[in-house]
Amino acid sequence: MSSGFDFEVLDLGLIDYQKGFSWQQDLVNEIASGKRKGVLIFCEHSPVITLGRSAKKENVLKPGEQLKSLGIEVVAANRGGDVTLHLPGQLVVYPVFNLRYLGRDIGLFLRNIEKAVISLLNDYRIKATALEGSTGVWVEQKKIASIGIAVKNWVAYHGVSLNINCNLDLFSLIRPCGQDIIMTSMARFIHFNDLNVSEIKIKLADKFKQVFTRG
Amino acid sequence: MTKIILPELGEGITKAVVSYWYFQAGQAVKKGEDLVEFTTDKATFNLPSPVSGKLTEILAPEGQNVNVGQAIGNIEE
Repeated sequence: MSSGFDFEVLDLGLIDYQKGFSWQQDLVNEIASGKRKGVLIFCEHSPVITLGRSAKKENVLKPGEQLKSLGIEVVAANRGGDVTLHLPGQLVVYPVFNLRYLGRDIGLFLRNIEKAVISLLNDYRIKATALEGSTGVWVEQKKIASIGIAVKNWVAYHGVSLNINCNLDLFSLIRPCGQDIIMTSMARFIHFNDLNVSEIKIKLADKFKQVFTRG
Repeated sequence: MTKIILPELGEGITKAVVSYWYFQAGQAVKKGEDLVEFTTDKATFNLPSPVSGKLTEILAPEGQNVNVGQAIGNIEE
Protein backbone atom coordinates (compact mmCIF):
# COMPACT_ATOMS: atom_id res chain seq x y z
CA MET A 1 0.00 0.00 0.00
CA SER A 2 2.95 2.35 0.58
CA SER A 3 3.92 3.18 -3.05
CA GLY A 4 7.15 4.94 -2.16
CA PHE A 5 5.96 6.49 1.08
CA ASP A 6 8.46 7.28 3.81
CA PHE A 7 8.60 9.70 6.72
CA GLU A 8 10.98 11.53 9.03
CA VAL A 9 10.72 11.54 12.83
CA LEU A 10 10.68 14.77 14.85
CA ASP A 11 10.71 14.78 18.66
CA LEU A 12 9.50 18.11 20.07
CA GLY A 13 9.58 17.05 23.73
CA LEU A 14 7.27 18.92 26.14
CA ILE A 15 5.65 21.68 24.11
CA ASP A 16 2.65 23.99 24.44
CA TYR A 17 -0.37 22.64 22.51
CA GLN A 18 -0.65 25.69 20.25
CA LYS A 19 3.08 25.60 19.41
CA GLY A 20 2.69 21.94 18.50
CA PHE A 21 -0.23 22.91 16.29
CA SER A 22 1.91 25.58 14.55
CA TRP A 23 4.55 22.95 13.83
CA GLN A 24 1.91 20.75 12.27
CA GLN A 25 0.50 23.56 10.12
CA ASP A 26 3.95 24.42 8.76
CA LEU A 27 4.60 20.76 7.98
CA VAL A 28 1.18 20.32 6.33
CA ASN A 29 2.09 23.15 3.94
CA GLU A 30 5.55 21.71 3.22
CA ILE A 31 4.16 18.25 2.64
CA ALA A 32 1.30 19.49 0.45
CA SER A 33 3.85 21.36 -1.68
CA GLY A 34 5.85 18.14 -2.13
CA LYS A 35 8.96 19.12 -0.12
CA ARG A 36 8.47 16.12 2.19
CA LYS A 37 6.23 13.07 2.22
CA GLY A 38 5.58 12.76 5.90
CA VAL A 39 6.81 13.64 9.39
CA LEU A 40 6.00 11.66 12.53
CA ILE A 41 5.97 14.11 15.45
CA PHE A 42 6.38 12.99 19.05
CA CYS A 43 5.63 15.38 21.89
CA GLU A 44 3.97 15.85 25.26
CA HIS A 45 1.71 18.73 26.20
CA SER A 46 1.21 20.66 29.43
CA PRO A 47 -2.32 19.95 30.70
CA VAL A 48 -4.83 21.10 28.09
CA ILE A 49 -8.40 20.11 27.22
CA THR A 50 -9.05 20.19 23.49
CA LEU A 51 -12.45 20.34 21.85
CA GLY A 52 -12.71 18.58 18.49
CA ARG A 53 -15.26 19.51 15.84
CA SER A 54 -17.91 17.19 17.31
CA ALA A 55 -17.35 18.37 20.90
CA LYS A 56 -20.26 19.24 23.12
CA LYS A 57 -19.45 21.79 25.81
CA GLU A 58 -21.24 19.73 28.46
CA ASN A 59 -18.52 17.08 28.07
CA VAL A 60 -16.19 19.43 29.96
CA LEU A 61 -17.45 18.70 33.46
CA LYS A 62 -15.88 21.53 35.46
CA PRO A 63 -16.25 25.30 35.06
CA GLY A 64 -13.56 27.25 33.23
CA GLU A 65 -12.43 29.07 36.40
CA GLN A 66 -11.76 25.81 38.21
CA LEU A 67 -9.81 24.48 35.24
CA LYS A 68 -7.83 27.70 35.10
CA SER A 69 -6.95 27.40 38.79
CA LEU A 70 -5.64 23.91 38.01
CA GLY A 71 -3.52 25.38 35.20
CA ILE A 72 -5.56 23.64 32.51
CA GLU A 73 -6.35 25.47 29.29
CA VAL A 74 -9.39 24.69 27.13
CA VAL A 75 -8.67 24.98 23.41
CA ALA A 76 -10.76 24.45 20.26
CA ALA A 77 -9.09 22.06 17.82
CA ASN A 78 -9.94 21.52 14.15
CA ARG A 79 -9.64 17.75 14.38
CA GLY A 80 -12.45 15.23 14.32
CA GLY A 81 -13.82 13.81 17.54
CA ASP A 82 -15.13 15.22 20.82
CA VAL A 83 -13.26 16.35 23.93
CA THR A 84 -9.91 15.03 25.07
CA LEU A 85 -7.19 15.86 27.55
CA HIS A 86 -3.45 16.05 27.03
CA LEU A 87 -1.06 16.07 29.96
CA PRO A 88 2.52 15.16 30.83
CA GLY A 89 3.11 11.41 30.86
CA GLN A 90 0.98 11.00 27.76
CA LEU A 91 2.81 10.53 24.47
CA VAL A 92 1.21 12.60 21.71
CA VAL A 93 1.93 11.39 18.20
CA TYR A 94 1.12 13.48 15.16
CA PRO A 95 1.60 11.55 11.91
CA VAL A 96 1.64 14.43 9.42
CA PHE A 97 1.46 12.19 6.37
CA ASN A 98 0.62 12.77 2.73
CA LEU A 99 -2.32 10.45 2.15
CA ARG A 100 -1.81 10.69 -1.61
CA TYR A 101 0.89 8.05 -1.06
CA LEU A 102 -1.42 6.00 1.14
CA GLY A 103 -4.41 5.43 -1.10
CA ARG A 104 -6.33 8.59 -0.10
CA ASP A 105 -8.13 6.47 2.46
CA ILE A 106 -8.96 8.17 5.76
CA GLY A 107 -10.66 5.07 7.19
CA LEU A 108 -7.63 2.90 6.47
CA PHE A 109 -5.31 5.59 7.89
CA LEU A 110 -7.23 5.56 11.20
CA ARG A 111 -7.19 1.71 11.31
CA ASN A 112 -3.44 1.70 10.63
CA ILE A 113 -2.75 4.15 13.46
CA GLU A 114 -4.65 1.78 15.76
CA LYS A 115 -2.68 -1.15 14.36
CA ALA A 116 0.70 0.52 15.09
CA VAL A 117 -0.26 1.36 18.69
CA ILE A 118 -1.74 -2.10 19.33
CA SER A 119 1.41 -3.76 18.00
CA LEU A 120 3.55 -1.60 20.30
CA LEU A 121 1.43 -2.47 23.34
CA ASN A 122 1.49 -6.15 22.47
CA ASP A 123 5.30 -5.97 22.56
CA TYR A 124 4.93 -4.82 26.17
CA ARG A 125 2.56 -7.77 26.75
CA ILE A 126 -0.42 -5.44 27.10
CA LYS A 127 -3.38 -7.06 25.36
CA ALA A 128 -4.76 -4.10 23.43
CA THR A 129 -7.49 -4.13 20.81
CA ALA A 130 -9.48 -1.94 18.46
CA LEU A 131 -13.25 -1.87 18.88
CA GLU A 132 -15.38 -1.58 15.78
CA GLY A 133 -17.27 1.70 15.78
CA SER A 134 -15.16 3.17 18.62
CA THR A 135 -11.95 4.47 17.08
CA GLY A 136 -9.06 4.33 19.54
CA VAL A 137 -7.12 1.63 21.35
CA TRP A 138 -8.61 -0.26 24.25
CA VAL A 139 -7.38 -2.56 27.03
CA GLU A 140 -9.90 -4.49 29.12
CA GLN A 141 -12.72 -2.15 27.91
CA LYS A 142 -10.73 0.91 29.02
CA LYS A 143 -9.25 3.42 26.62
CA ILE A 144 -5.47 3.71 26.49
CA ALA A 145 -5.11 5.75 23.29
CA SER A 146 -7.42 8.34 21.71
CA ILE A 147 -7.41 9.26 18.03
CA GLY A 148 -8.63 12.32 16.13
CA ILE A 149 -7.30 13.68 12.86
CA ALA A 150 -7.74 16.43 10.28
CA VAL A 151 -7.00 16.24 6.57
CA LYS A 152 -6.11 19.23 4.41
CA ASN A 153 -5.07 18.87 0.77
CA TRP A 154 -4.95 15.14 1.53
CA VAL A 155 -2.29 15.74 4.20
CA ALA A 156 -3.29 14.26 7.54
CA TYR A 157 -2.41 15.91 10.85
CA HIS A 158 -3.38 15.74 14.54
CA GLY A 159 -3.22 12.05 15.55
CA VAL A 160 -3.11 9.83 18.59
CA SER A 161 -2.38 10.29 22.29
CA LEU A 162 -1.13 7.27 24.22
CA ASN A 163 -1.34 7.28 28.00
CA ILE A 164 1.99 6.05 29.32
CA ASN A 165 2.28 7.20 32.90
CA CYS A 166 -0.02 10.18 33.36
CA ASN A 167 -2.35 11.31 36.15
CA LEU A 168 -5.53 9.52 35.10
CA ASP A 169 -7.53 11.34 37.79
CA LEU A 170 -7.52 14.45 35.58
CA PHE A 171 -9.71 12.65 33.03
CA SER A 172 -12.57 13.02 35.53
CA LEU A 173 -12.67 16.67 34.41
CA ILE A 174 -14.15 15.60 31.06
CA ARG A 175 -16.26 12.92 29.40
CA PRO A 176 -13.43 11.59 27.21
CA CYS A 177 -14.51 11.49 23.56
CA GLY A 178 -18.02 12.40 24.77
CA GLN A 179 -18.53 8.93 26.20
CA ASP A 180 -18.79 7.40 29.65
CA ILE A 181 -15.53 5.55 29.41
CA ILE A 182 -12.69 4.83 31.77
CA MET A 183 -9.18 5.73 30.73
CA THR A 184 -6.15 3.65 31.49
CA SER A 185 -2.40 3.86 30.90
CA MET A 186 0.59 1.62 30.26
CA ALA A 187 1.70 2.21 33.87
CA ARG A 188 -1.34 0.26 35.07
CA PHE A 189 0.09 -2.87 33.45
CA ILE A 190 3.87 -2.45 33.59
CA HIS A 191 6.26 -1.65 36.37
CA PHE A 192 7.42 1.96 36.27
CA ASN A 193 11.05 0.88 35.88
CA ASP A 194 10.18 -0.86 32.63
CA LEU A 195 8.56 2.23 31.12
CA ASN A 196 11.26 4.02 29.21
CA VAL A 197 9.66 6.77 27.13
CA SER A 198 12.67 7.11 24.79
CA GLU A 199 12.47 3.40 24.07
CA ILE A 200 8.69 3.59 23.53
CA LYS A 201 9.19 6.37 20.95
CA ILE A 202 11.80 4.35 19.05
CA LYS A 203 9.58 1.26 19.07
CA LEU A 204 6.47 3.19 18.06
CA ALA A 205 8.29 4.92 15.18
CA ASP A 206 9.30 1.47 13.99
CA LYS A 207 5.69 0.25 14.23
CA PHE A 208 4.58 3.20 12.10
CA LYS A 209 7.32 2.29 9.60
CA GLN A 210 6.08 -1.29 9.48
CA VAL A 211 2.45 -0.32 9.03
CA PHE A 212 2.81 2.64 6.67
CA THR A 213 5.92 1.95 4.61
CA ARG A 214 6.25 -1.81 4.52
CA GLY A 215 2.55 -2.69 4.72
CA MET B 1 -21.08 24.48 -14.10
CA THR B 2 -19.11 22.24 -11.75
CA LYS B 3 -20.89 20.20 -9.11
CA ILE B 4 -19.21 20.00 -5.71
CA ILE B 5 -19.60 16.54 -4.25
CA LEU B 6 -18.52 14.71 -1.13
CA PRO B 7 -15.66 12.57 -2.48
CA GLU B 8 -14.74 9.03 -1.48
CA LEU B 9 -12.95 9.32 1.87
CA GLY B 10 -12.05 5.65 2.22
CA GLU B 11 -12.79 2.41 4.00
CA GLY B 12 -16.02 2.40 5.96
CA ILE B 13 -16.84 6.08 5.43
CA THR B 14 -20.16 6.49 3.63
CA LYS B 15 -21.26 9.87 4.91
CA ALA B 16 -20.08 13.04 6.62
CA VAL B 17 -21.46 16.25 8.07
CA VAL B 18 -20.88 19.54 6.30
CA SER B 19 -19.18 21.39 9.15
CA TYR B 20 -17.98 24.63 7.56
CA TRP B 21 -18.34 26.55 4.30
CA TYR B 22 -15.38 28.89 3.75
CA PHE B 23 -17.44 30.93 1.26
CA GLN B 24 -21.04 32.09 0.94
CA ALA B 25 -23.19 31.60 -2.15
CA GLY B 26 -22.38 34.32 -4.68
CA GLN B 27 -18.72 34.68 -3.72
CA ALA B 28 -15.79 34.09 -6.06
CA VAL B 29 -13.49 31.15 -5.29
CA LYS B 30 -10.12 30.17 -6.71
CA LYS B 31 -9.06 26.67 -7.65
CA GLY B 32 -7.26 25.01 -4.73
CA GLU B 33 -8.64 27.30 -2.01
CA ASP B 34 -10.32 25.62 0.97
CA LEU B 35 -13.99 25.48 0.00
CA VAL B 36 -15.80 23.32 2.53
CA GLU B 37 -14.99 21.21 5.59
CA PHE B 38 -16.60 17.86 6.31
CA THR B 39 -16.55 16.04 9.63
CA THR B 40 -16.80 12.31 10.23
CA ASP B 41 -16.64 10.47 13.54
CA LYS B 42 -12.89 10.99 14.07
CA ALA B 43 -11.72 13.13 11.16
CA THR B 44 -12.21 16.48 9.53
CA PHE B 45 -11.61 16.82 5.80
CA ASN B 46 -11.06 20.07 3.91
CA LEU B 47 -12.17 19.98 0.29
CA PRO B 48 -10.35 22.47 -1.93
CA SER B 49 -12.25 24.10 -4.78
CA PRO B 50 -11.80 22.02 -7.95
CA VAL B 51 -12.10 25.10 -10.20
CA SER B 52 -12.04 28.90 -10.14
CA GLY B 53 -15.39 30.63 -10.48
CA LYS B 54 -18.44 31.76 -8.53
CA LEU B 55 -20.05 29.59 -5.86
CA THR B 56 -23.59 29.94 -7.19
CA GLU B 57 -25.41 27.58 -4.89
CA ILE B 58 -24.99 25.80 -1.55
CA LEU B 59 -27.19 22.69 -1.57
CA ALA B 60 -26.08 21.31 1.81
CA PRO B 61 -25.76 23.90 4.60
CA GLU B 62 -23.55 23.51 7.67
CA GLY B 63 -24.81 20.76 9.95
CA GLN B 64 -26.32 18.66 7.17
CA ASN B 65 -25.45 14.98 6.81
CA VAL B 66 -24.45 14.06 3.26
CA ASN B 67 -23.58 10.80 1.51
CA VAL B 68 -20.43 10.11 -0.48
CA GLY B 69 -21.08 11.24 -4.06
CA GLN B 70 -23.88 13.63 -3.08
CA ALA B 71 -23.85 17.13 -4.61
CA ILE B 72 -23.47 19.85 -2.00
CA GLY B 73 -23.01 22.95 -4.17
CA ASN B 74 -22.35 24.37 -7.62
CA ILE B 75 -19.59 26.58 -9.04
CA GLU B 76 -20.00 28.49 -12.28
CA GLU B 77 -16.68 28.84 -14.09
